[in-house]
Amino acid sequence: MEPIEAELIAAVLKGDAASFEPLVERYSPRVFATARRYARRESEVEDIVQEVWFKAFQKLKSFRGEAPFEHWLMRLAVRTCYDFLRGHQRNRETTFSELSEPESDWLERFVSQPETAQENAEAARLLVARLMEQLAPPARLVITLLEIEERSVKEISALTGWSVPLVKVRAFRARAEMRKLLAKLAKEKYL
Amino acid sequence: MASDFSETQDSMNLEELQRKLIVAARTETPSDRVPYAFEKRVMARLTARQSPDELSLWAGALWRAAAPCVGIMLLLTAWSLFGRAGAGAPPDLSQELDNTVLAAVNQEASPDSTW
Repeated sequence: MEPIEAELIAAVLKGDAASFEPLVERYSPRVFATARRYARRESEVEDIVQEVWFKAFQKLKSFRGEAPFEHWLMRLAVRTCYDFLRGHQRNRETTFSELSEPESDWLERFVSQPETAQENAEAARLLVARLMEQLAPPARLVITLLEIEERSVKEISALTGWSVPLVKVRAFRARAEMRKLLAKLAKEKYL
Repeated sequence: MASDFSETQDSMNLEELQRKLIVAARTETPSDRVPYAFEKRVMARLTARQSPDELSLWAGALWRAAAPCVGIMLLLTAWSLFGRAGAGAPPDLSQELDNTVLAAVNQEASPDSTW
């Protein structure tokens, strides 16, 4: 931890709330980037990030300073995002019937000539975002951390507070859930 | 129909589709843009949360105290009405009050009383 950061945290703990502002300023970009992985609407993203900072302020006493502040904050951010996903799971869509034209075209291309369907296409990104929204919260979190952010199981365990075996079990189930959704997509689209 | 579906699934190669979509997701890095003056807003809310209105604190405490007070009042009422009824003959409340108020006078008037 940087010395100045330690001083700021010590000052906040002594009652100087204003010392918290430089920390908010410094780490908000990272927290925003994390929140944008789980929420699409900008108002929701802002709510999540604000919640992260409120929790950080309230729980600052529990920060022991052994690990960098950023790690502690990111744990808080991931857990807040997970709470958000659990709170909004009723909003999950259940149909693929509303695929946009580029998404449908990309799928068609994948079926006819898989090698021509580019991974960096905007349509593929939209499709995967749609798919992620339909996953259950634990599945979405573990796929994001493990497959998209390419973190290790140990890291995920530290971030989420789940045990290593639990992360592995949830990752296995998440991949199966994703494949099930893709099968559903194939069925809706081609039958 | 079912065999058509499995054929479609086979031709679609779900594993490969999943892999491609994951790679697609990796190529998109979410923006780390922070809205203008966001930290000021957070700080304003934090300070507002920290110093709650004094009046609302009092009001909250009084509201919380109201229920136990009503409970105690009801218990005492029940005790004074039913608790003493089982003790024997109904007391003459006016006479008892009279005795209590005039206890000192009665004691002085009595010549046998010694301390």
